Amino acid sequence: MTPPVRIAQLSCGADYSGVQHEIDTAAHEVNGEIFFPDIALKDIRRDYDAFGLDVKSPDLKLAIARAKALVDGRVEADAVFIATCFRCAEAAIVRNELRRFIHENSKLPVVSYSFTERTTSGTLLTRMEALTTIARRRALLARETQQGITLGLDSGSATTKAIVMKDNKIIGTGWQPTTEVLTSAHGVIETALAEAGMTMKDIQAIGTTGYGRFLVGKDLNANLIQEELTVNSKGAVYLADRQHGPATVIDIGGMDNKAITVMDGIPGVFTMGGICAGASGRFLEMTAKRLGVDITELGPLSMKGFGGHVPMNSYCIVFGTQSLVNALAAGSTREDVAAAACHSVAEQVFEQQLQEVDIKEPVIMVGGTSLIEGLVHAMGELLQTKIVVPHHSQYIGAVGSALLASGFIKDE
Amino acid sequence: MAKIFIYPATSLILSDLVSRHGHTPLSSAVAIRERIQTAGLESLPLQITPEEPKKGLKWAAVEVPAGVRGRMSLYGPQIEQCEAAIIINDADLAFGCMGCARTNELIKFLLRQKDIPKLDLNYPKNEEEGVQFVAAIKRFLGELKKREDTK
Repeated sequence: MTPPVRIAQLSCGADYSGVQHEIDTAAHEVNGEIFFPDIALKDIRRDYDAFGLDVKSPDLKLAIARAKALVDGRVEADAVFIATCFRCAEAAIVRNELRRFIHENSKLPVVSYSFTERTTSGTLLTRMEALTTIARRRALLARETQQGITLGLDSGSATTKAIVMKDNKIIGTGWQPTTEVLTSAHGVIETALAEAGMTMKDIQAIGTTGYGRFLVGKDLNANLIQEELTVNSKGAVYLADRQHGPATVIDIGGMDNKAITVMDGIPGVFTMGGICAGASGRFLEMTAKRLGVDITELGPLSMKGFGGHVPMNSYCIVFGTQSLVNALAAGSTREDVAAAACHSVAEQVFEQQLQEVDIKEPVIMVGGTSLIEGLVHAMGELLQTKIVVPHHSQYIGAVGSALLASGFIKDE
Repeated sequence: MAKIFIYPATSLILSDLVSRHGHTPLSSAVAIRERIQTAGLESLPLQITPEEPKKGLKWAAVEVPAGVRGRMSLYGPQIEQCEAAIIINDADLAFGCMGCARTNELIKFLLRQKDIPKLDLNYPKNEEEGVQFVAAIKRFLGELKKREDTK
């Protein structure tokens, strides 16, 4: 049996919040093992002073000393999980600085999270899986070209996508809204295979990702079942032809958003937010519906408007929609309202998630929402950079799966 | 004999001093070890469930971090029932320590609000202060005992 991935936990408050068991469970489910770096009291005093961040909480001092021990190589680990209480400002500063410190001074993959007592192992699972994937599958993630004939399937919360690739080229695509997970998966596979002029017998390897990855992966007997953080970032740098050097991948999804900093195609730091629907693709879907346009028309419409003309006082999907309705009733144009909705989503992702990763150019936007020009434009304005949207960006998870799955093709 | 809340609640030295003078220390029976192999410096040997932070709502509002409320679910009831308190400020980690500064602020505030005998001391920095420190605690405990005896 493969030995578990050793994940060093640097935390404050996890035990007293009652979520330590959830953290352990999430790690265990992906064959990871949480441990607390063993250090002495005298190390805390020395390392905390050397780090230079003046904090009051002794457990945060302990977390700082543990981070130093990991970076100095006094304690060995495969990955790092940093977790502190949600709403603690002191802990938020430490969490951010430790993440940056470890990322800049070691090759350890890091994920940080702020928990409440309601945090469950299910919430943490994809993050833990990404940590263990990066630690365990570095060689696979380094793959730069697709070989043979492979099928990639992304079973997302809003849409299901399939891609057929042959010799490093996309030859078939399938897309449909997710309803019943397996039915949607078989529907898109059929479409993609028809476009490619192939049958399932021609497929040499299959990869699945997205929320339904386990169910669909089992059904298809997939060679690779992998979470979307590593798969999407791999797909993004592959399609954008930025496989070497740094990059930042932003994926605003139907249910949650991902921001990932990548170096040579391998994720280093990532965040995954899913608390507020106002910052997701759902809000844009609702806006399009309220404006009476198809979601594909929202982008061009928003590019003709000025979001600043519409007062938006809330990021909440309910109150945000109410603001849009009020604006329309007060005479705002549909174009301005569309632009305001795009700006609201971009701003919320910028304020709440992109602060947790260090933005490295190029910034690549992927996922279905990357086709909404107004959203890409708003994000570019906030980040003051030109955003790269690669071809087939809406199929990113499926492309990443097909690419990585080719690593499982056995030599004939 | 008085029920005395000690801060830091993890200080076995304070707990021992209080017991030796015949009082009941209200504290957590956790020793701060030389090597730390647990999540926090004073992680308890019991599994706290997500219910504890909810019980902690009695002492801290919902916008207060869950770790503070989880701790308050343990220390809040002790603060309510204590008849005296000893507070040691800026204690060394090895003396006993509680991991969360926000909880520490709240505990000390709640103790200072109570109309009970209190001893509020700074942790000694040298031997001379150390002697005075122990003497002050001894004197406080002795006076408490006299007061209890005359009741």
